[in-house]
Amino acid sequence: MLAERPITPATLSRKDLPWQIKWDINTCTKCGRCTSVCPVNAIELGVFRKRDVKPPMGLSAKPTTEFSTFYGIRQRTDPAYACIGCAMCNMVCPNNAIEPSRQYDSTTLQFHNNRGGQPRTRGGRRNSSESLLDQIKFIRISMLTDPALDAGRHEFDVRTLLGRVLSPEAEIKCFRENGWKPPVREIYPLVIGGMSFGALSPNMWEGLQMGVAYLNEEMNMPVRISTGEGGCPPRLLRSRFLKYVILQIASGYFGWDEIIHAIPEMKEDPCAIEIKYGQGAKPGDGGLLMWYKVNKLIAAIRGVPSGVSLPSPPTHQTKYSIEEAVAKMIQSMSMAWGFRVPVYPKISASSTSLAVLNNLVRNPYAAGLAIDGEDGGTGAAYNVSMNHMGHPIASNLRDCYKALCVAGAQNEIPLIAGGGIGKHGNLAANAAALIMLGASMVQVGKYVMQAGAGCLGSEKDRCNVCNIGVCPKGITSQDPRVYRRLDPEKVAERVVDFYLSFDTELRKVIAPLGRSTSLPVGMSDALGISDKDAADRLDIKYVI
Amino acid sequence: MCRLFALTSRDPVSPMRAIDALNVMKEGHDGSGVGLFLSGLGGPWEELKEYPILSGIFTDAGLARMSEYMTKNGFQSKYSATFKPDVEPPVGTPKRGTYASIAFKIPDEWKGMTQAQVDSNLVQMRLDLRAMGEAEGDIMVFSFWPDTIMIKEVGDPMAIAGYLKLDREELYARHILAQGRQNTNYAINLYACHPFFIEGISTMTNGENTAFVPIREYLMSRGVTGYQGYQSDSEVFTHIAHYATKRLGLDISSYKHVITPMNDDEMRDHPDRAFLSDLKRACRKLIIDGPNCVIGCLPDGSMFMAQDRKKLRPGVVGGNPELGIYGFSSEICGLNAAIPDRDRTKDFQPMHLDTAIVGPDCREVLQCSQKDPLRQQL
Repeated sequence: MLAERPITPATLSRKDLPWQIKWDINTCTKCGRCTSVCPVNAIELGVFRKRDVKPPMGLSAKPTTEFSTFYGIRQRTDPAYACIGCAMCNMVCPNNAIEPSRQYDSTTLQFHNNRGGQPRTRGGRRNSSESLLDQIKFIRISMLTDPALDAGRHEFDVRTLLGRVLSPEAEIKCFRENGWKPPVREIYPLVIGGMSFGALSPNMWEGLQMGVAYLNEEMNMPVRISTGEGGCPPRLLRSRFLKYVILQIASGYFGWDEIIHAIPEMKEDPCAIEIKYGQGAKPGDGGLLMWYKVNKLIAAIRGVPSGVSLPSPPTHQTKYSIEEAVAKMIQSMSMAWGFRVPVYPKISASSTSLAVLNNLVRNPYAAGLAIDGEDGGTGAAYNVSMNHMGHPIASNLRDCYKALCVAGAQNEIPLIAGGGIGKHGNLAANAAALIMLGASMVQVGKYVMQAGAGCLGSEKDRCNVCNIGVCPKGITSQDPRVYRRLDPEKVAERVVDFYLSFDTELRKVIAPLGRSTSLPVGMSDALGISDKDAADRLDIKYVI
Repeated sequence: MCRLFALTSRDPVSPMRAIDALNVMKEGHDGSGVGLFLSGLGGPWEELKEYPILSGIFTDAGLARMSEYMTKNGFQSKYSATFKPDVEPPVGTPKRGTYASIAFKIPDEWKGMTQAQVDSNLVQMRLDLRAMGEAEGDIMVFSFWPDTIMIKEVGDPMAIAGYLKLDREELYARHILAQGRQNTNYAINLYACHPFFIEGISTMTNGENTAFVPIREYLMSRGVTGYQGYQSDSEVFTHIAHYATKRLGLDISSYKHVITPMNDDEMRDHPDRAFLSDLKRACRKLIIDGPNCVIGCLPDGSMFMAQDRKKLRPGVVGGNPELGIYGFSSEICGLNAAIPDRDRTKDFQPMHLDTAIVGPDCREVLQCSQKDPLRQQL
């Protein structure tokens, strides 16, 4: 530090930073790996000068001053370079000589992370460690009259339906009259939610696709992955693996041209088409792919110039109302594939979700409704949107399911719940709770990054730099120097691993509840919670 | 675990035969209740096949309120078999009043109605009476349907049989469903006692229906009069049978395709695979996750037994075509007690793919496998 450095309103000391670097001079070998790996340049090699006063023995000789120079690690205090706590420095340090540590009383930085009048944007998820889903318990254990099922040995049918299911009366009528039946896919109830090819690095995307293909073809698990907005690599569009993919179209239509042009050459239909109207992390806001990540490849796939930010509009530009959007978008997308592919919208959970659902119930082509709760993650959004906007998924989903029950359509429009599932690692328990609250399937994104590729982000504002393309693990970066760190084969392996363990855990939940031949959608009598208000709101049992 | 016993016979027999069978199987139940469904009635009811019979339990005030309600709706009592016990009830059984089965003449205004309207109106009247009774606690109604009597009570089946003198000739019937034990998973409630009944269809079940809540919600949203109540997790089986046969027009051998559809491997080579996979999809909400054994009786007097693949100990069907009597029992000892005179090698235990059906002629046990082509032409 300079002795006479200027002290301005934006000047911060190390104490003001939430993440502080602990560096041990004694074990550091000064190899420099930590500074070279730091994604935000929060640390730099520093030259330190030390003055030593040496008083000699006796009275006559004067004290001498010696200056020594040594090299070390210095943490910058400029808010633009604040440490994000990713701990990559520790990961590469041969001696564990360096690590970030969190200071919870250091809150000053948040008043300064809007320099130049730009509010903070970041990736990740809402900075809240609460999780209602984790509070839900499974209370209806079947042990009175019959032996509980053996989760390890019993035959289970863990499948769900994506697509408009006709009512039994309509199905029989349709069969007799040989009428048109909406397409329905039987899939695994845990779907990898939309993370676009622009948001994720090519290695991450390739790893996910390989993992999904392996699960389908080797493990007999019909797992599906949504592409997110931004198109799909042309080779995948023309490959037989397309059937494992849910193509997403969002309000920006990025990459959609590529998809449309590939239709005549598609060997397989995609699993489904997801029309994204909103996502839980930034409800009412469009997608945001910042210029850092728009390299030549992404620009080519999306059909845009490179190096420019790509914000999608918050709503579909061409549509006047949700009624019109549901009617026209769904119908035209269905038509593009000859009504052989299910088409459904994805919305952010909000108090108006029911309005969208009401529209879908009346639309014979609507194949489902994906609802994304406030805890959903994103590659980039404004901090304020992520932290303060949105509706929790559990109550929103429950409202929608109960509305379907009243309409008698709970089997007909599958609800896909997302947003904060597995936030604390309890993926199977959270998913099972949502299924019992009424979801036909659940979708996860952030969990896949954390478990599948070692994403370092947390709900304590750790890392969260997905937006600027410097992801220290190479998951959300488009810079080959960074994403080379990620081995697609290893990602695929991890995806397969966590899917298989999810499957076992899900069985360990549903088998003691006495379920094995159909997914326990809406089995709300199995759920209890020790919060009276939550119990009343979700219409589940209050247990203390 | 509930014990179930059903009899179907060419000639009316005493319900005591079924109660005796329950008593033999007593080791497996706690004697907490008994329910009886009787149809194909003999004795004085032979002449009254067209008249709906109201079965229930009434206090004196309840009896008066019921009569007033029936009169107001234009119904005229034609014949009644009432029984008011004059002795103290067995331990655990409350003193309730009059156990009545009353046949009514349908008002002339109903003559122009379609059969479906008449059926629905009869169900609605039963529900109205039940609601009246639930408000005041003086009326309990179990069925209101031609040629059908239902009796339910809390207590040991044998003791109840003695208390209510179930050996009376006016209770002789050709088709009898009897169940011993009260509610398993929920509070004790007379309406929760099997068998359950709707529009001529009655079923009883043992086991535990873990998919109860989603199925209940689904049935209640179908808009069918009578799909309500659900004091027991097993009541939905009766309504699924009603829904499958009356609403969807399916044959009873398809019932099992609704409640326990085959998995993809089993269905792969089925000649009706296209229809069955559609049916499985559409009726996914009605899939039971047992273990359950369902025994039921249809309006034409055919009786069936089906169970899901989780059931460890299947029920058994056997009988004597010469005598024209067949029994459906949850345990073999019950069948041995009720129909000792039969060829035991022909006993049939329906496994996870089978439905056993005995027609009203009581000549044979029809064994339907889910792998067979559908009997019904669609």
